[in-house]
Amino acid sequence: MKRIKKKHPLAVRWFHWLNFPVLGIMIWSGLLIYWANDVYRLGWGDKTILKFFPDSFYKALSVPFHLADGMAFHFVFMWIFAINGLLYVLYTAFSGEWKYLLPDKKSLKEAGQVLLHDLHISKYKPPQTRYNGAQKIAYTLIIIMGLGSLLTGIAIYKPVQFGWITFLLGGYEWARIEHFALTIGYVLFFVIHIAQVVKAGWKNFSAMVTGFEVENVVVAETVIQVEKETELEDSIKARKIIQVENVIKEEKIIQMEDVVETKKVIETEKVIQENAIEVTKDIEEKKKVQEENAIEAKKIVDAEKEKIPNASADVDANQTKTLLAWKQNQKISRRKK
Amino acid sequence: METKSENQQEKEVNKYIRRKTILSFSVLILFFVCAVVGWKWLRQQPTNAGALKPLRTLLNANEKVNNAIFSETHLAKEYPKSMAVKNVRVNGNVGMNDDFDADNWKLIINRHPENSSPDSTLELTMEDIYSIPKRDIVFDFKCIEGWSQITYWGGVKFSDFITKYHLGTHSGKTFDTNHPEDLYKYVGLMTPDSEYYVGIDIKSMLQPQTILSYELNEKPLPMNQGYPLRLIIPVKYGVKNLKRICYIYFSDTPPKDYWFERGYVYDAAL
Repeated sequence: MKRIKKKHPLAVRWFHWLNFPVLGIMIWSGLLIYWANDVYRLGWGDKTILKFFPDSFYKALSVPFHLADGMAFHFVFMWIFAINGLLYVLYTAFSGEWKYLLPDKKSLKEAGQVLLHDLHISKYKPPQTRYNGAQKIAYTLIIIMGLGSLLTGIAIYKPVQFGWITFLLGGYEWARIEHFALTIGYVLFFVIHIAQVVKAGWKNFSAMVTGFEVENVVVAETVIQVEKETELEDSIKARKIIQVENVIKEEKIIQMEDVVETKKVIETEKVIQENAIEVTKDIEEKKKVQEENAIEAKKIVDAEKEKIPNASADVDANQTKTLLAWKQNQKISRRKK
Repeated sequence: METKSENQQEKEVNKYIRRKTILSFSVLILFFVCAVVGWKWLRQQPTNAGALKPLRTLLNANEKVNNAIFSETHLAKEYPKSMAVKNVRVNGNVGMNDDFDADNWKLIINRHPENSSPDSTLELTMEDIYSIPKRDIVFDFKCIEGWSQITYWGGVKFSDFITKYHLGTHSGKTFDTNHPEDLYKYVGLMTPDSEYYVGIDIKSMLQPQTILSYELNEKPLPMNQGYPLRLIIPVKYGVKNLKRICYIYFSDTPPKDYWFERGYVYDAAL
């Protein structure tokens, strides 16, 4: 199943494709004008690396002796170029499209990553949203350049009536250099732009014509499903981890409680043992005392028997028992004290 | 059932994509065909004064815009004398023939275009020009080719000149800023051999920096710079700064202009 993903609004596509031939005419007519005073070059002192422009270049494009033509075309098409650019800026500003286009904090870093990837230095490619960081910077910069061309253009076109613009741009000569440099910038932009469009492929190019990109939904859905599944798995894992942790916590608490209880039990046991020891000691002492008393009682009884041999054994025994009990009690109470 | 409706939906989406793609590409191709055809049509148009007719129409519209933004209070930037170049560039020699008789030079002014009677014309010598207070200007002279030079000129303000000789008005009176309608709309200037000629709007001519110049770097004008008298008009490209002025005339219609006939804009305004 195919799905349509909207990319470029109709207005933006018109601005783009109209600007293409118009900018072409502006650059070409500008070249016709520049030829009449072609003083710029790259180099230092007497050394020239690149002359703007070599005679062969002029000849190939039949540039020479068309200053009047150049000015005529330049000063007519400048209106279309300016109005088209202005409408584009207004459209992006009011439609909210600027949100996709304006670079943010991450854009510079991302642009660097894109550059390194495109130069085959790095394998990492930042995820492609509507526009990547490099695109955001390029497409915003080109608008600033357009504004620069307008201002430097006015500074050269009407240096007396708009003398303040000429002054702000560093004077007439500087404004002319800036205007020229911006044009070289457009040419470089164009070369890179075309290379990137070729690299990005047909789908991307087609979107600039039709406005939408076609996506294969099956693939998209699978991706979403996989993502969902992994998400689910992750959440399950997370839940398990939490559960295990809870169990461990509970066990720990229980252990703690056990320990406390065990301690208590041990203490009670100790107390019981101590009590038991004391009780046995008491019992032993009682036994000792009983034995001692029994011996003493026997002696007394024997002595009594010798004094009164015929006395009744029963009376003797009863008397002896009572006496012994009293004595024992007395002894215990004395020891305790 | 479900697969059937899905198939149908897929078919519809495919159809929509195909239709939209064909339509969009057709429009784009049509646009480029129109652009190429339009371009070829434009390039084959007849010319009007050296410029393709449609472009000329729009360039004339540009001149209306220029006229609207023009203010004589917008002065060309002036520089200290020390910044003026010593070797002043000589550019263009149309109207600068070698057979020029400097000794018998006279400035011939036609007060009214429709009237070439002797009392309409005024002949002046350099002595008459010298009798007007002198005005110096050091400014960035700009050639339509793209180069510019800071140069130092001396002469008389054109506004002083027409005031003194009661020129430029339909009524023949001294021009009065309260009666702009009395002024002719254009001034024409020409070399003695009539080979080089320019037309300039009166507002630019009356701008306070416009001078009839007879000095360059405090010396009389060199022959190749338009001795004995040339126009210096900082609100125009160099092409309007006519050298070796012989004829001056006033008109309500644009006077003929050498470079305008060769495809340039008429006003050459800066």
